[in-house]
Amino acid sequence: MATGGVAAPAARRRLAGVLLLLLCLAALAFPWVDRLPYHRDLVIRVFLYAMLAQAWNILAGYCGQISLGHAVFFGTGAYASSVLQMRWGWNPWVGLGAGIPVAVALSMAIGYPCFRLRGHYFAIATIAIGEIIQTLAINWDFIGGARGLTLPFQKDSLLAFQFHTSKYPYYYIVLALLILCLLVSWRIERTRLGYYFRAIREDPEAAQSVGIPITRYKLIAMAVSAAFVSAGGSFYAQYVLYLDPDSVLPLSLSILICLLAVVGGVGTLWGPLVGAALLIPLSEFTRIQFGGTGRAVDLLIYGALLTLVAVFQPAGLVGLLGRRGRP
Amino acid sequence: MLIIPPPDVLVQGILSGILMGFVYALIAAGLSLIFGLMEIVNFAHGEFLMLAMYTTFWAYALFALDPLVSVPLSAGVLFLVGWLTYRGIIRRILGGPMLAQIFATFGLAIFLRAGAQFLWTPDFRQVSRAWVQGPVRMLGVSVGLPQAVASVACLVAFGALYWFITRTETGVALEATAQDRQAAELMGINTERMFALGWGIGAACVGIAGAFLANFFYVFPHVGSLFALIAYVTVALGGFGSIPGSLVAGVIIGVIEVLGGLLIAPAFKYVAVFVLSLVVVLLRPQGLFGKF
Repeated sequence: MATGGVAAPAARRRLAGVLLLLLCLAALAFPWVDRLPYHRDLVIRVFLYAMLAQAWNILAGYCGQISLGHAVFFGTGAYASSVLQMRWGWNPWVGLGAGIPVAVALSMAIGYPCFRLRGHYFAIATIAIGEIIQTLAINWDFIGGARGLTLPFQKDSLLAFQFHTSKYPYYYIVLALLILCLLVSWRIERTRLGYYFRAIREDPEAAQSVGIPITRYKLIAMAVSAAFVSAGGSFYAQYVLYLDPDSVLPLSLSILICLLAVVGGVGTLWGPLVGAALLIPLSEFTRIQFGGTGRAVDLLIYGALLTLVAVFQPAGLVGLLGRRGRP
Repeated sequence: MLIIPPPDVLVQGILSGILMGFVYALIAAGLSLIFGLMEIVNFAHGEFLMLAMYTTFWAYALFALDPLVSVPLSAGVLFLVGWLTYRGIIRRILGGPMLAQIFATFGLAIFLRAGAQFLWTPDFRQVSRAWVQGPVRMLGVSVGLPQAVASVACLVAFGALYWFITRTETGVALEATAQDRQAAELMGINTERMFALGWGIGAACVGIAGAFLANFFYVFPHVGSLFALIAYVTVALGGFGSIPGSLVAGVIIGVIEVLGGLLIAPAFKYVAVFVLSLVVVLLRPQGLFGKF
C-alpha cells in the first residue's frame, strides 16, 4: 500500500468517496445494464445475505456476542408478514413493520437471560434456542406447520409487495435495505455506541469497571441486529412467496449468516458484503459445474474457507487489504 | 396436556433413556475432556462421530467386519483424526480470539459433513447383518440388544477413561495441564503433547460410541448434527470440563428425552431436553458439576 501510506487523509477520503459513489451508481444501474433474470436473482440474494450478515456483524463483530441462532429472527420476520397477511389480510408492508417489534421483543427475551453466559456458552445457548423454535414452528399448525405457507398471488403493485412482470422493484427494495443496514453500522462504528460495543467485545470486565452497563448495550446490539434480520425475513417471504420452517428457521441458515461475515471480515463495515459477494455466487457456480444433486461442493469450499480464515486470517478477506482493519 | 402412559411403558422408557444416556455420556466426555484442557469447544464433534460411524460401516461393507470387531479400528482412526485436528488447526488458534476458536472447528464440521456427502453420497446406510440384533429382556421389560450392548460398552469405556485420567501418570499429567498449563510445564510435562493427546482421546471416545451406534442407527453425512447438539447441551448441563458431570448429565438427558417423548409428544422430546438444559444453565451457568 505504497500510495495509501503517502496520500494525505483528505485525499484518501476523497478517493474513498468517489469509489463509494461509483459503487452506488453501479448498484443502481445494474438491472438496466445486465437484463438476465438469473443474474438479477443472484444479485438480489447477494444483497439479502450481505444485509443479514452485516446485521449479525453488529452483534457479533462489533459487540462480540456470537449468536448461532440468527435464523430465529429471519423466521420471525418471514412468518410475521406472511401469517398476518394470510390470517387477517394485513398488508405485507405493515406485516414487515409488525415483524420488527416482535423480533426485537424475542431478541430481548433471548438476550436478557443468555447474556449472562459467556463465549461458548452463549453460542451453544443460541443454537439450542434456534432448535427449540424451529421444532415449535414445525408443530404449530396455525402458522402452517411443517407444510409451510404459500402466499396468495396478487396483482403487481408496490402496495401489495409483489412484482411478477418485472422483478426490478425487489432489487431496489433489498438494495435499500442493505444500504440502510450499512449506514446504521457506519453510524454505530463512529459513535459512542460503537466504542462501547468494541469495549465490551475486547474485555467485558474492563468495560463494566469503567461504567458501561454491558447488558444494556449487548441488548441494544441484539435489538438492532434482530430488527434488520427480521426485515430481511419479511422480504424473503414476499420474494419467494413460500416459506416453511426448513427454509427460514434452520441452523444451516444461522451458520450461513455467520460464515459470510466471518470469511468476509468480522467487525468491519465491508466484510459481510465482500463475503456475500464472493460466496453466494460461488455456491451458484459449483451448482452449475457439479450439479445440484447432493454433491455439496459449495459447502466443502465454505467449510475449508471458514477454517482457513479463522486460523490464518481472523480479520477476514477484508483484512487482507490491510489498510482498513479495525479502526 | 400431559399424557400419562401405563407404568410398564414408563419403566421401559426410563430404562431405554438410561441406556441411551450412557452413550451420550461417552460422546460428551470426549467434548468435555478437550474443553477442560484448553477451553475450546470442538464444534466438529458430531462430524467426528459421523466419521466413526462411516469407518464402522465401511469396515463392514468392504471387509465384512462386524461393528463389534471394528471398535478398536474406529477408535484408532478417530484418535488419529483428533490428533491431526489439533496439530493442523487447533494449535494455531489456542491464543486466538473467541471468534476464531468457534469458527475454526465449525468450518471443519461443515467441511467434513460436505466431504462425506461428496464422497459417499447422502444415502442412508445401514449395517444389515450385525452379530447382535433383536430384543433382550432386562428388568422385566424388553430393550434392543444392540442398544444394551452399546450402552454397557460405553459405560465401560467411560469407566476406563475415568480410570486413565485419575489413576495413570499420563492421565494425571493431562489433568495437571488442564488445571495450570504453566505449572505443568515447569513440572516437565510436555503440554503440547498433552493437548494433542487430549484431542486424540476425546475423538477416540466418539470413535467407540460411533462404532456401537452404527449397530442400530442409520449412517449418513448429517447423522452427527443431532448427537452433537445433544453432546453440547449434555456438557453444558454437566459442566464444561467435568468428566463425572457428563455421565450424570448424559443419563439425565437420555431420560428427559424419553419422558418428553412419552409425556408430551414425540415431536417435542428434544425441545424438552433443550429447554431443561437451558433453564439449568441459566440458573447455574457453570452447569451441575462445573468448577467455574
